[in-house]
Amino acid sequence: MARHLLKRLAHAVLVLWAAYTLAFILLTALPGNAIANLINNPQNQLTPEDGKILKAFYGLDHPVVVQYLRALDALLHGNLGYSLSNGVKVSDLLGDALPGTLRLTALGFVFGAVIAAAVGVAGSYTRWNWLRTLLRSVPALAASVPSFVVGILILSGFSFELHLIPAVDNGTLLALVGPAFTLGIMISAPLSQVFSASIEATRRQPFVHVLQARGAGERYIFGHGVLRNSSLPVLTMLGLAMGELIAGSVVTEAVFARNGIGQITLNAVNTQDLPVVQGVVLVATTGYVLVNLVVDVVHPLIDPRIRADILAGRAKRIKRSTGATPVGPGVDEAMAPRLPEEVATR
Amino acid sequence: MSSHAAPRAARDATSPPGPVLAVDGLSVGYRTGHGTKTAVRNVSFELGPGQVLALVGESGSGKSTIGHAILGLLPVGGRVLSGAVRYQGRTISDLSGDRLRALRGRAISLIPQDPTVSLDPVRRVGPQVEDALRLHTSLDTEARRARVHELFELVGFHHVERRYRQFPHELSGGMRQRVLIAAAVAAEPDVIVADEPTSGLDATVQAQVLDLIDDLRRRSGTAVLLITHDLGVAADRSDLVGVLRDGRLAELAPTASFVRNPRDEYSRHLLDNVPSRLSFTRDRAGRAPSERPEEPAVEVTNLSKHYGGHTAVDDVSFTVPRGRTFSIVGESGSGKSTTARVLTGLTRPTAGQVSVLGTQLGALSTKAFRPLRRDVQIVFQNPYASFDPRFDVLSVVEEPLRSFQPAGSSRRHRRENRDRVAAALEAASLPASFLHRHPRELSGGQRQRVAIARALVLEPKVVVLDEPISALDVSVQAQILELLVTLQSELGLTYVFISHDLAVVRAISDRVAVMRRGRIVEQGDIAQVFERPASPYTAELLGAIAGRRLAHR
Repeated sequence: MARHLLKRLAHAVLVLWAAYTLAFILLTALPGNAIANLINNPQNQLTPEDGKILKAFYGLDHPVVVQYLRALDALLHGNLGYSLSNGVKVSDLLGDALPGTLRLTALGFVFGAVIAAAVGVAGSYTRWNWLRTLLRSVPALAASVPSFVVGILILSGFSFELHLIPAVDNGTLLALVGPAFTLGIMISAPLSQVFSASIEATRRQPFVHVLQARGAGERYIFGHGVLRNSSLPVLTMLGLAMGELIAGSVVTEAVFARNGIGQITLNAVNTQDLPVVQGVVLVATTGYVLVNLVVDVVHPLIDPRIRADILAGRAKRIKRSTGATPVGPGVDEAMAPRLPEEVATR
Repeated sequence: MSSHAAPRAARDATSPPGPVLAVDGLSVGYRTGHGTKTAVRNVSFELGPGQVLALVGESGSGKSTIGHAILGLLPVGGRVLSGAVRYQGRTISDLSGDRLRALRGRAISLIPQDPTVSLDPVRRVGPQVEDALRLHTSLDTEARRARVHELFELVGFHHVERRYRQFPHELSGGMRQRVLIAAAVAAEPDVIVADEPTSGLDATVQAQVLDLIDDLRRRSGTAVLLITHDLGVAADRSDLVGVLRDGRLAELAPTASFVRNPRDEYSRHLLDNVPSRLSFTRDRAGRAPSERPEEPAVEVTNLSKHYGGHTAVDDVSFTVPRGRTFSIVGESGSGKSTTARVLTGLTRPTAGQVSVLGTQLGALSTKAFRPLRRDVQIVFQNPYASFDPRFDVLSVVEEPLRSFQPAGSSRRHRRENRDRVAAALEAASLPASFLHRHPRELSGGQRQRVAIARALVLEPKVVVLDEPISALDVSVQAQILELLVTLQSELGLTYVFISHDLAVVRAISDRVAVMRRGRIVEQGDIAQVFERPASPYTAELLGAIAGRRLAHR
């Protein structure tokens, strides 16, 4: 188990490095950066010498490879560099913005999970066909509406019309509800789709029929069998939804005029402030990688088959990624030699 | 094997209470796109305490539907159209909700069909057995656990606390079925519906599981409704037999007289098609092993096959004479299918020599093997999975021909191919009108005929048959076996027949090898191996064959 964790951790570090490098390559490949813009701006009237000094100060006079290695070296020492547009340390910039964004995404995540669970369960278990149809089509709708539209609708409805929540960030928890709800609706769409599909698939499993024959009612069966089995694919989906959560926070923060990583990203991209963009990429990737690491750790706790595979040293990623839980004897199980009774008994 | 006399003794002691379960004029229908399709028509029977009634029939005969209707668990769209199910004189087929749930598991319980998928894969097995107690008794946690331990001892487990904490995937199929049986008897029901309780289990495990059900029933006087497609199991294990055909009860009779003297024509037909009673079996037994040394079609010497660290086939040697049938029997995981795959060049041997029609296989590359592929064909258990769903029968059967013709020449060969396909279909007893049907429109037996036609179209000399009839109904099995026997004598084919079913093997083979854990434990002429088995394992396998009451009339 410890080996498995170490391996996953190594993967996580690898992903971080790859994301950082990829971002670096992409950003240097783009024409221009904040300093070049400064120098080339005719209004600033900088002499070529001044330009050289500026470039040297920011290390931009070196070849790209050297720039990359320097940045990587600095990164390993915990230094993310300085913003090209205002000279502030990138780590300070991000450190100030992070708590707000974390609060937003965390609450958004909670909203998303609650909405997805409610829609998934109600959509599968309701007696009313119209409600079932409605709850099954809503996630598809939500998934196809851009989040800024949802945000603006919430803003105009709950803030401007009903005055229930403040329209701009005034530091209260109430001000968080609007943007967090926007995020929640966004990520709940794929989650609830996977959840209801997975509930449906689990309820068709023979073991559910056997539970019914044992005299169990729907509620008992849900609590003692369906829930756990159908949460496995949702867990995988949660890891993926994290990406959407990060991307969504950029848009949401812009719509609700909140300070946070999203705002910083927006400004940094607009001014081609490369070190800041790099920092944002790093922070976002870390969040994504961490959540998926947690998913990887939780998965074997819920599914004993994955646990067994890990203990036996054959981690099968296939099982994690499948939509519905493969319960019956899969191909691999059928092909594997069955232990004779006395060996299995040990 | 447990005795068959005991249940009668138990019943005599408690007679004569009324039937514990009565099915009275039951008709069940399913709603379909166009109206209601009736699956069960006017079926009546009674089941006394401790009695075993076997419901037999082929797929689609409605036997499982009756089991579902008794439990009130018909699939969506299913409905009792008329008649009633009575439990201890009380009509239960019109109950619903809580009152029905209170009966399920406590009064009438279920031993399900496929133990590998009938347990929740992410829960420990102990708590799953406890469900029945939690739902139907007021026992506290401690008492429930203690009771599960008791039940596990009852079904033959030794380390009960360890078993309690295991997950389904840690148990073999037979052990999972024991867990399910423990759960079925946990709340001491009066009736158990056992719906194909041993399908998918190896013969020896099947015998153990059936013994266990027998034993529990004798102790507690529980009545058992045994739903099975296997007439052998029905004959060995029941007091009464009900034969279902198209949803009707064709015959309901005491088992002994049913076996001796079936009154209904369909019953007779079913019994005649049991492998141990097939007519060509006797013909074959009379065929003496020829005196002169026969020319070998397949020669296997010291064959081994390893997958990673696992040894699937371990130092196996055998020879198949031309025009004869060589069978490999064994339980799941014995290496028989791997051997078949090596013979057909689908897998390379790790060690040893394999010679087919005089060509050494081991050294051949995939490309060099191709000419040989004309001569060596394989037929699988589930042909449907190997048909391209977009193809009609013509294209399916023509495919091997085309693959041996140069690309782009299909137009030139169209006429000729069509004729050859039609001839192959005819050989497999299918009319030429099937050419443009789609496999999905065909029954299981017809699909297997198409698969045989596809194997024959290249006019092979050796055909490897990997469990070719395991998925088919008994009368269809008999037809396919008969077809195979006819084709062999007409075309001089050599068969390598892979099967877990010893009764079938006996019906079709000249020689047989018994495999266990990758090794051949015994091989020889069919009569010798079946009548004087040299290995105790062979004897055990033979002892586990269901239907000994059928074999001797």
